[in-house]
Amino acid sequence: MFGYLLTRIGLFVPTFLGVTLISFMFIRVLPGDPIIVMAGERGMTEERYQEMVEKLGFDKPVLQQYWEYLAGVLQGDLGESFVTKKPVWEEFFSLFPATMELSLCAMIFAIALGLPAGVIAAVNRGKFFDRALMSSALVGYSMPIFWWALLLIIVFSGNLGWTPVSGRIDLLYYFPNVTGFMLIDSLLSGQEGAFASAVRHLILPTIVLGTVPLAVIARQTRSAMLEVLGEDYIRTARAKGLSPTRINGLHALRNALIPVVTVIGLSVGSLLAGAILTETIFSWPGIGKWMVDSIFRRDYPVVQGGLLMIAVIVMLVNLLVDVLYGIINPKIRRR
Amino acid sequence: MSLLQIRNLTVEFATSSGSFRAVDGVDLSVDKGELLAIVGESGSGKSVSMLALMGLLPWTATITADEMSFEGRDLSGISARERRKIIGKDMAMIFQEPMSSLNPCFTVGFQIKEALRIHLGLNRKERHERAVELFDQVGIPAPESRLNTFPHQMSGGMNQRVVIAMAIACKPKLLIADEPTTALDVTIQAQILDLLIRLRDEHDMGLVLITHDMGVVAETAERVQVQYAGQKVEEQPVRDLFRTPRHPYTTALLSALPERATSKILPTIPGVVPGQFDRPKGCLFSPRCRFADATCAQTPPTPHAEGFGKARCHHVEKIAAGELV
Ligand SMILES: Nc1ncnc2c1ncn2[C@@H]1O[C@H](COP(=O)(O)OP(=O)(O)OP(=O)(O)O)[C@@H](O)[C@H]1O
Ligand code: SF4
Ligand SMILES: [Mg+2]
Repeated sequence: MFGYLLTRIGLFVPTFLGVTLISFMFIRVLPGDPIIVMAGERGMTEERYQEMVEKLGFDKPVLQQYWEYLAGVLQGDLGESFVTKKPVWEEFFSLFPATMELSLCAMIFAIALGLPAGVIAAVNRGKFFDRALMSSALVGYSMPIFWWALLLIIVFSGNLGWTPVSGRIDLLYYFPNVTGFMLIDSLLSGQEGAFASAVRHLILPTIVLGTVPLAVIARQTRSAMLEVLGEDYIRTARAKGLSPTRINGLHALRNALIPVVTVIGLSVGSLLAGAILTETIFSWPGIGKWMVDSIFRRDYPVVQGGLLMIAVIVMLVNLLVDVLYGIINPKIRRR
Repeated sequence: MSLLQIRNLTVEFATSSGSFRAVDGVDLSVDKGELLAIVGESGSGKSVSMLALMGLLPWTATITADEMSFEGRDLSGISARERRKIIGKDMAMIFQEPMSSLNPCFTVGFQIKEALRIHLGLNRKERHERAVELFDQVGIPAPESRLNTFPHQMSGGMNQRVVIAMAIACKPKLLIADEPTTALDVTIQAQILDLLIRLRDEHDMGLVLITHDMGVVAETAERVQVQYAGQKVEEQPVRDLFRTPRHPYTTALLSALPERATSKILPTIPGVVPGQFDRPKGCLFSPRCRFADATCAQTPPTPHAEGFGKARCHHVEKIAAGELV
C-alpha cells in the first residue's frame, strides 16, 4: 500500500509541471492584450503603455517569463490580479469554499441517488424500473447543462416560485464568514430562516451540477452490479440463506464499489468544469465565475493561478481516490 | 421417512433459442447418515438438479416436481423467506470452485460468522469461538489468525476448507458437495474427502456427493445414482453397481475406466452428451449405445419398475440375460 502510494505521488511532479506550462500558455494564446483591456474605454498613452509592459514583464522573452512564473509558483506565489491587485492565492481561497460547497453537495446528491438507483436497476434487470432509469440516465448524461438549468429555473423558480434564481442566500441575512460554507455559517449565525434560505439557494445548482455525475454513477453502478451478481460468491451468499437486501446491498455492492469509486474520482474533473458553467448561470460567487470573468478581462495571473489550483485539486482528489481504492480493494491493501 | 425425497424433478431453462430441459424427471432420495453419489458426464444436469433443490437457479429456470420434501416438509410451495431459514442451516451446499466461491472483499472470518449470526443468533463472542472451532475442525492451521485473512491470501485448498467450514457451520442435516475437490491437487483431494466422510459420521448427516471420480465413488459412497443428459438412468448400491451395472451407459462408464488406480478422471465414451439442439427422439443414449435398435431410436424408455437398478432402458432385461451382445 505504501509503495503504491509513493508511485502515485511520484506521478504528481511531471503532471504538476505540465499543468503550469499549459495554464501559462493557454491564456497567452487567446487574442487580446490585457493592458488595453485594463485601460478600457479611456484608452492609454504610448508611454504609459510601455511603462505597463515593462512593469508586467511582457518585454522579456516568453521562456523567461515562464521561468519566473514557475519560480514564483514553487515558492507559493501565484502573483497578483491585474484588476484587483490582490494576491491570486487570497482571492482563490476566499471564493473556493463556495465552489467546494456546491461541488460537494452535487457529489453527495449524485452518489446518494446514483448508487441505490444503479443497484435497484441491476437487481431488476430488464424490468420497467431498470429501463426507465437507464433511459433517464442517458437523457441526463447528454443534456446540455445550461439548457437543463434554464428548464429547472423556469419551472421551479418561475412557474412555481419555490426556489431563488441566483446567489447563495437572501440579501436579508448578513453574518460573518466563518468557514466560507454558507450552510455551516448560516447555522452558526443563529439567525432564523438563514439556513433554510441557504438550502433553498443550493437546491437548483446542486441538481444541475449533480445530474451528469448522477447519470454516470447510476450507469456504472448498474453495470458493475450486473457483473458481480453473476459471480460464484454471490451464489455462495445465497446458499447461506442471507436476505436479498444483505446480498445486494453488502456482498454485491461492496465489490461493485471498486470500479464505481474510480469513476467517481474521475468525474471530479468534469464536475469542476461543470461548476464553472453552473456558477455562471446561477451567479454563484465561486471560482468558476471568477475564472470566467478573469478570462474576459485577460487577467493572466488569475487565469493561470486558477487553472493551476483547479488542476492541483483534481490531482489531490484522484490521489484520495487511489487511497480509497486501496482501502476498499483488499487485494491492493494487503500486497 | 427419507431425509430428502425428490420425485420427478424437471428443470427447464428459457434460452434465447427456446426452452431447454436440463433436468428431466429425476428421482432422488437420501437418508440420514447416508452418502449418495451422483455421477455422469459433464452436462448431465447434476449441478442443476441440486441447485434447483437449494433454490439457487437464475430466474430463467422453471422448476417442477411431483415431490420435493426435506424432513417430510414440502419445499416446492414454500416462500423464499421460509426457504432461506432452511438453506445454509439444515441444508447446505459446497461448490466446485473454491477460489471464486468466497467474496474477495470480506475476510473469511466475516463470511463464516455471518451465517452463525443469522441462523443461530450467536453473539459476537460465541460466533468467534464457534468459527475458530469450525476452522480447527476442517483442518485449517492457526485458525484464530486465519479468521482475519482475505480469500486471495490463501491457497485453493485452504479456501475450500473455509467453504466447507461455512457449509457445516450450522450443523446441517444434509450436505450437498458438488465436485468439492476437482480444482485441488491429489493429496488435498484425499484430505477433503476424508474430512467430509468424518463430518458425515460425526453428525449423522446426509451427504450428496457429485463427482466425476469413479474411484472416489467406489471408496466412499453407499448408493450411486447415474445421470445422463438430464435423466437418471440407473441407481444401485455401490457394490452392485460396480459388480453388475445395468444400464448400457453405466457399463460403458465402468468399462472405459482404465485400470482403476492409474487415472481417476472420468473415463471417456465415444460421442458426446446431447445438448439443447441434438436431443434424440427416443432414448437419449441411443446415438452412443451399442445395443440401440429401432425401438430405442423411436420411443423414450421409462425407468424399470423394480430391480435392474431402475434402469431407464428398453432392453435392460435382455442385456442382463446376455441375450444381446
Ligand atoms: N443458467 C443456465 N441456463 C441455461 N442452461 C444452463 C444453465 N445452467 C446450466 N445449463 C445447462 O444445463 C445442462 C446441465 O448442466 P449442469 O451444470 O447441471 O451439468 P453437470 O452435470 O453439473 O456438469 P459438470 O460435470 O460439468 O458440472 C448443461 O447443458 C448446461 O449447459
Ligand atoms: S434404450 Fe436402447 S439405446 Fe437406450 S440405453 Fe437401452 S439399449 Fe441403449
Ligand atoms: Mg456441475
